[in-house]
Amino acid sequence: MQNQLAGRGTLLRDRVFMWLLFISLAIGVLTLAILLIYVTVKGWPRLDLRLFTNMPSVRDAQNAGAQSAITGTIWVISFTALIALPTGVLAALHLEEFARPDSRFQRFIEINIQNLAAVPSIVYGILGLAVFARALALGQSVITASLTLALLVLPVIIISTREALRAVPRNIRDGSLALGATEWQTAYRQTLPAAIPGIATGTILALSRAIGEAAPLLLLGAVSFITFNPDGVLSGYTTLPIQIFNWTKESREEFQVLAAATIVVLLLLLLAMNFVAIWIRNRTQKRW
Amino acid sequence: MAQHRRRLLLSTPVLAAVLVLSACGGGNNADSESGASGSVRVDGSSTVYPLSAIAAEDFQIANPGVQVTVGNSGTGGGFEKFCRGETDANNASRPIKDSEAESCAANGIDYGQLVVAIDALTVVVNKDNDFASCLTTDQLAAIWGPGSTISNWNQVDPSFPDEPMPLFGPGTDSGTFDYFTDVINGEEGSSRTDFTPSEDDNVVVQGVAGSKGGLGYFGYTYFEENSDKLKALEIDSGAGCVAPSEATARDGSYTPLSRPLFVYPSVQALADPTVAAFFQYYVDNDAEIAKGALYIPLSDADQAKLVTDFEALLAQTGTQ
Repeated sequence: MQNQLAGRGTLLRDRVFMWLLFISLAIGVLTLAILLIYVTVKGWPRLDLRLFTNMPSVRDAQNAGAQSAITGTIWVISFTALIALPTGVLAALHLEEFARPDSRFQRFIEINIQNLAAVPSIVYGILGLAVFARALALGQSVITASLTLALLVLPVIIISTREALRAVPRNIRDGSLALGATEWQTAYRQTLPAAIPGIATGTILALSRAIGEAAPLLLLGAVSFITFNPDGVLSGYTTLPIQIFNWTKESREEFQVLAAATIVVLLLLLLAMNFVAIWIRNRTQKRW
Repeated sequence: MAQHRRRLLLSTPVLAAVLVLSACGGGNNADSESGASGSVRVDGSSTVYPLSAIAAEDFQIANPGVQVTVGNSGTGGGFEKFCRGETDANNASRPIKDSEAESCAANGIDYGQLVVAIDALTVVVNKDNDFASCLTTDQLAAIWGPGSTISNWNQVDPSFPDEPMPLFGPGTDSGTFDYFTDVINGEEGSSRTDFTPSEDDNVVVQGVAGSKGGLGYFGYTYFEENSDKLKALEIDSGAGCVAPSEATARDGSYTPLSRPLFVYPSVQALADPTVAAFFQYYVDNDAEIAKGALYIPLSDADQAKLVTDFEALLAQTGTQ
């Protein structure tokens, strides 16, 4: 039946198109798989509890761990989330629900946010160094890193939150307003809760980007050798990508293995964050 | 409506979990605090980094309450932070430059120069290279000079075979590059640019090990680590061929490619007893630290000079 309607040429083109799609998918999946297998095999001898319980060591490569980098990453990313999430969601809520949609000012802000999302991360590092580390005298600390990474992910959070808010049907808002709720009540109690699945996914993907950043942190003074966990927002710190970067520069083979094992930990952390995003989406998803 | 409010709250457990986790991180640290406390910030050269990292590691085992961090922003990047008072000491693989000294002076940072170990730059070739065993500094300058067109061993010396010569070296940001270009080409930073540069010395190792005619240079540490894959060339600076080794680097006969490695502590920072205690430890255990970092320990005379230099620095803090 299909044959008769479409003719031979269309069918061939269909097949070629399907193969193109499949090859495109395979390139992405294969690259990831090869990377995963490579680092897991290479890091396997050191993928054990010592990685979590021990501190880095130059002397004792056999027993060195990445505890300070793991806790440093958790500290930095927690404060990044604490700063970026409320700011980003509220900014998006304002742009989407309250601001006049076609004013010149509004369009100016919109173009700016979209451009900011494409700015290379090292530029945020330079900004963070000048403003947070030096002008505000926060130095080479956890909070400097968190503020800078928060700026880095803010545009992504704003854009994804706006998309999520836009996906909430107009009727929900109209219904709420018709029942006498104020605009603020409508936004806070109806629109925002309904948009949580999209906001959560967008936010966690943005934070996943921040967790893998090394360039801006190198500039901000994340240190290479640190054998204590952060004990406050003004503490020195290092993060997993920096620790990995430093170990791969070492000449001794033990450190290369250690770096591979630490990459696996970083990937697991990313996987866990993506899992949380999926879990929140499934818990809160609603169909109209 | 109540249902919606519950949904909004669902995002809070995630943040809460993250915060609890991070609080654990802080907790571990508080347990170990005892005796001396305070912090020491060292940054600078990645060549000197292993020395200071080992000093930091050992010192913190003896003094668990102290927090020592070591960065590796490079000699120049480190001095920029040091002269702003952002770090307590700077690792350097070359003496401080005049421009850096001015910047320190402008910010009221006084400092002293300590020689903590000796590094020997090693010129390496492939293990299978059986024709070259010694190069003169003039030949090295001809190979590495700016605008050099040498791409084959027979251009260096007609007695060498027709063998392509791919070149590998450290990136232009490294102190090793500054040092090599200064002593070989006569001007810091003056070098041909068509070689394969890398901040990662492993890349140089792999490059030279992977091509029969390959030639590269880096610190003696890296050569010792990879002596099964590479061959070190002897260097002739006019007084005959000298092979790089602990003895020749220390007594200065492996010239001009052996060099001292420096740490510059700030006098202002040394007024803090924690910082002073850390550097006292560094100076007292310097030979042990240098061996641990696979550098060449100081000779007895240089070690004695290190001790007196440091005492003089400490004395300066008293007069502040």
